[in-house]
Amino acid sequence: MLKDEDRIFTNLYGWQDWGLEGARKRGDWSTTKDILSKTPEDIVDAVKASGLRGRGGAGFPTGLKWSFMPKEPGDQPVYLVVNADESEPGTCKDREIIRHDPHKLVEGCLIAGYAMRATAAYIYIRGEFYNEARHLQAAIDQAYEAGLIGKNASGSGYDFDVILHRGAGAYICGEETALLESLEGKKGQPRLKPPFPAGCGLYGRPTTVNNVESIAVVGEIMRRGPEWFASFGRDKNQGTKLFCISGHVNNPCNVEEEMGIPLKELIERHAGGVTGGWDNLLAVIPGGSSVPVLTKEICDDVLMDFDALRDARSGLGTAAVIVMDKSTDIVKAIARLAHFYQHESCGQCTPCREGTGWMNRVMQRMVTGDADISEIDALEQVTKQVEGHTICALGDAAAWPIQGLIRHFRPEMERRINERQAGAPSAQAAE
Amino acid sequence: MPKLTVNGIEVEVQPGATVLQACEEAGFEIPRFCYHERLSIAGNCRMCMVEIKPGPPKPTASCAFPAGDNMEVFTDSEMVKKARHGVMEFLLINHPLDCPICDQGGECDLQDQAMAYGHHSSRYDENKRAVTNKNMGPLIETIMTRCIHCTRCVRFSTEVAGVDQMGLLNRGGEVEITTYLESALDSELSANVIDLCPVGALTSKPYAFTARSWELRKTESVDVMDAVGSNIRVDARGGEVMRVLPRLNEDVNEEWISDKTRFACDGLKRQRLDKPYVRGVDGKLAPASWDDAFAAIATKAKGLSGEKIAAIVGDLADAESMFALKQLMGALGASSIDCRQDGAKLDASCRAGYLFNSTIAGIEDADALLIVGSNPRWEAAVLNARIRKRWLAGNFPIGMVGAPVSASYDYDQLGAGPETLSQIADGSHAFAKVLDAAARPMIIVGQGALARADGAAVLATARAIAEKFGMIQPASSDAEGNEVPTWNGFNVLHTAASRVGGLDMGFVPGDGGRDTAGILEGAAKGEIELLYLLGTDEVATSGIGDKAFVIYQGHHGDQGAHHADVVLPGAAYTEKDGLYVNTEGRVQMGFRAVFPPGEAREDWKIVRALSDHLGHGLGYNTLGELRSALIATHPSFAELDEAPTAEWGAFGVSGEMSGDAFASPIENFYMTDPISRMSATMAECTETFVNAKAGRTGTEG
Amino acid sequence: MSAREFAKDQPDSFAFSAENEETIKAIIAKYPDGKQASAVIPLLDLAQRQNDNWIPVKAMEAIAERLDMAKIRVMEVATFYTMFNLAPVGKYFLQACTTTPCWLRGSDQVMKCVHDKLGLHGHYETTDDGMFTLLEVECLGACVNAPILQVNDDFYEDLDYEKTAELLDALKRGEAPPVGSLAGRNKSESSAGATTLAQMRPAAGED
Repeated sequence: MLKDEDRIFTNLYGWQDWGLEGARKRGDWSTTKDILSKTPEDIVDAVKASGLRGRGGAGFPTGLKWSFMPKEPGDQPVYLVVNADESEPGTCKDREIIRHDPHKLVEGCLIAGYAMRATAAYIYIRGEFYNEARHLQAAIDQAYEAGLIGKNASGSGYDFDVILHRGAGAYICGEETALLESLEGKKGQPRLKPPFPAGCGLYGRPTTVNNVESIAVVGEIMRRGPEWFASFGRDKNQGTKLFCISGHVNNPCNVEEEMGIPLKELIERHAGGVTGGWDNLLAVIPGGSSVPVLTKEICDDVLMDFDALRDARSGLGTAAVIVMDKSTDIVKAIARLAHFYQHESCGQCTPCREGTGWMNRVMQRMVTGDADISEIDALEQVTKQVEGHTICALGDAAAWPIQGLIRHFRPEMERRINERQAGAPSAQAAE
Repeated sequence: MPKLTVNGIEVEVQPGATVLQACEEAGFEIPRFCYHERLSIAGNCRMCMVEIKPGPPKPTASCAFPAGDNMEVFTDSEMVKKARHGVMEFLLINHPLDCPICDQGGECDLQDQAMAYGHHSSRYDENKRAVTNKNMGPLIETIMTRCIHCTRCVRFSTEVAGVDQMGLLNRGGEVEITTYLESALDSELSANVIDLCPVGALTSKPYAFTARSWELRKTESVDVMDAVGSNIRVDARGGEVMRVLPRLNEDVNEEWISDKTRFACDGLKRQRLDKPYVRGVDGKLAPASWDDAFAAIATKAKGLSGEKIAAIVGDLADAESMFALKQLMGALGASSIDCRQDGAKLDASCRAGYLFNSTIAGIEDADALLIVGSNPRWEAAVLNARIRKRWLAGNFPIGMVGAPVSASYDYDQLGAGPETLSQIADGSHAFAKVLDAAARPMIIVGQGALARADGAAVLATARAIAEKFGMIQPASSDAEGNEVPTWNGFNVLHTAASRVGGLDMGFVPGDGGRDTAGILEGAAKGEIELLYLLGTDEVATSGIGDKAFVIYQGHHGDQGAHHADVVLPGAAYTEKDGLYVNTEGRVQMGFRAVFPPGEAREDWKIVRALSDHLGHGLGYNTLGELRSALIATHPSFAELDEAPTAEWGAFGVSGEMSGDAFASPIENFYMTDPISRMSATMAECTETFVNAKAGRTGTEG
Repeated sequence: MSAREFAKDQPDSFAFSAENEETIKAIIAKYPDGKQASAVIPLLDLAQRQNDNWIPVKAMEAIAERLDMAKIRVMEVATFYTMFNLAPVGKYFLQACTTTPCWLRGSDQVMKCVHDKLGLHGHYETTDDGMFTLLEVECLGACVNAPILQVNDDFYEDLDYEKTAELLDALKRGEAPPVGSLAGRNKSESSAGATTLAQMRPAAGED
């Protein structure tokens, strides 16, 4: 188990003062000026060396992403945009950073912004996090007042603004280009790529969009050294990571752990185990709703990192572990996600707008068995017609949970259909 | 220039070209719904997907992806076929299968592409979406359940028409296209969204349920509702014009037409003159035979000297009939002829002095614009879209002298009338610096600045401005030795389709002849005894009283016919072949789509027949012979579809200008000529877009 | 699921309060010159807060004017984002998350309780007394504290049928129960006691 002294988010549970004073006690802002005395390249290299991969779901190497930004941006502004639109079902880690450790994020913005030669950071927080946004705004105000950000930030000679922007209820704004559209005052409809944000992002200027957790760990990486961070986890899957364990566990919780911790250990050590014991486990969605579900057999020994879960045909995603015990109506659990994606589709491109609705309607019938066996194949084909055909990744995210269900739980789907056709009342009618 | 292969065929494309364009270059058609080359790229329909190597193992939307060097593109691979089938299936699950009752049927992109890429049956067993229809005004019918959300209409109205009123509300499967609070789309170009809509969601309201596209006879022709000369297709069934659609002409109208061009055609069916009339002894017009009508004229003309005879042509006349009339007038010894019924002080002696010399497409090459006495949005809606296009591209200051207008671009209101113009001319006005700084400045002079007593002086001042600020540039070469083409930034914006043709053939007063005002004055005083009006409906003939004998030749019982002694029923523009010269000086040929009604005849034939009755038989018996005669005397009419380069010279008359402000000649875009005044659709538009804004109701005056 | 509808009864006018006018200046100043459209979401939010938690069409028009945007663009934004109410809602706007993580932890019981006690089903239904409006919403992002019921701006967490009932009763009485977990835990640590960071826990009595 990760030792407490190796944990970055030491106020994860909000027991301590989240304000500037408390943050300073926890070491934040202690050596910011020294860090900013390095060259931007040095910081990018350090983050590369730390092995940090994006914590928002895609797992793209953070340092590499920063290196795409122009080296000589000239007089025009360049932006860091922080994605705090945490909306992926199962995920609630950034919320804890924002409300309990906001200065880690603000300081991270300054360091990351400096490393990519940005002039300002916009933090886009989901609108529902109203109280969380108040904490973060207060932290920003404190940082300005203390001269930590703004003109001559932290005495570094570098000017840097941090601006908080609240969203208003749209999962899709977690997609980076939809977020930029939203920040510009439009509907959150993802942009076509290319051009990529590093060339043409916010207001048409070079922009990097990073997840809250990715930015909030940068201060500690710089203070303790990239080797320290890289010492946790496996090769290419390094560092510490916030995990969210929800669903059928005895004690749902958020916890910071070493990347690559076995799923079973994570659940049993921190969440009090699966309700009714490990053998009562039916399935786990290991990385937020967008990744395919895993059966117990896989969960028995799978490791919680990018590559291990990819090899298990799922993904680490946001490391939001949704646990389902054997009492779960697994078809309904996935059907509810299909409903979620239909609700959250922006409606811009055909396969997602039409496909999410189609998939949801069929899935609702699969719950009750009001379907034909052949429709399972048809449904899978529809998921394939959506996957890889949309402007953004929401189409894939909508398709994968259903593909995972069909892959692992097809017999259960068939059983319901057969029972229904044999005259059994539908599950809903029976309720 | 990137070089790539499409299905193994090598193509080289312009830098910045898309994969879709590269595919077309290589000769492969790419299906699409949202992509339109004149609109911004949305990339939302996903129909145009192709496979690109190297690249991820999924298809790519070709409309939005830049073509790159050494790409291998496949438009027919298994991956592509699956993608297209998939997208087509998705488009159809919520699209009603109501093609048999859909006006788009037979000319529907979705229908056509479903034939090529669709499944033979649907796997979709759920309820279909239903969307309530939206009001978009008197022109656009909406059946929104059919909408596939390509957003072409939103992009057109925002980008081309310049009216930010359409949008896509809600999200996901509930998205709906609408105008703001279901208001009528307030643009003179609004109905182009009907053409752009790839399905039957936006269709023509006036044309609704009147015909099927395959029943229609299609005739390519030229519009006469303004002086742009938009290229059109006239669709007719039997003897009836059912609708007018745009035709592509990059130099003139691209692929847009104004709502008047499209929808005034129902005016062709009302108040038509379909037989000759002669005013009887009782003072009333009575039907007559052609012979009787001609005889009445011959009786009146007999022994009349040329100076007592005059002719004015209207705005819709074709060149051939004007030329025949001019020759007849010449034979009668009459020199009081005019093609400027609005009294514009245009100078026929110098062609560059009355043409839109920059050309319409040339607007895109200009870098500053001065508009004088014109509201291009109403006087030439399609040309106005070109100004907006140039303005959108940036660095295009526009100054306006005249009445403030609701334009589709930002401009500086410099002043109201001649005083401001003089200040610009003498360099004392701030806008003079803007023109000075421009490399290719242009001026647009409207009829509102010319159709007034001091019009010739205004014209001279405009010429002085053009010369002073480098609007007239011969071909040259720049510092690097590159050729810089000639530039003529002096432009007259006409509103009458016949005007430039008339000026080109000299349909203006000869030696000792009177102009329009002089003719009318003379007629009222009895000095003109025989007045020939060829489609002349915009002048007040009521004051002529009994003094002059008035012949009206035209197609509608409008203002001109009311006070005539003889009415000769002519043909409307859809009913005759003829040449028209647009404001650029571009000669274009219109074609007959239907026959004139009843006993009405093509106009040149009427003049030709009358000439025999008057003892001055004109020497041609076919339209071809007439054209040859026209071209023999005025060779410019031979240069079909070309924008001419007119030689610069002196025109206008320097002199005092009045202090009166310039006013646009058009008070109501939707009703400017006998056809549009008779159009029920244009009347509805007037109610919706003009009266409503002016706070008027239809019941007033 | 059906699209949100505009209120049939719309006020004839809307004007921001003097205090909000000041706030608007500060909001617009957060964005670069000429990029004031970025303020459209904050201004819609402000209008909603000023206007009893819903946005009349006239407010959209006022915002369009203020930000030099086309009215239709503001309306697009207002209808795209689900936090904007296009019609009046009750004094307590209840948003019950029923997405899978909440559903696994018993969001059905929360919905049932709201139905039993208030007679509301879910899609912007409002009690006759205008006190409560219920909306079933998607993931609120507090999944380890599931199930969640959002009351206006505040999250109430770790609910079950009984706790929901107590919460609703308290709201009816005009009380404002402390926000957060109603199951007695501090935040998102294990309810059996945090498994990490023990030394950060304040000593007893200090909490």
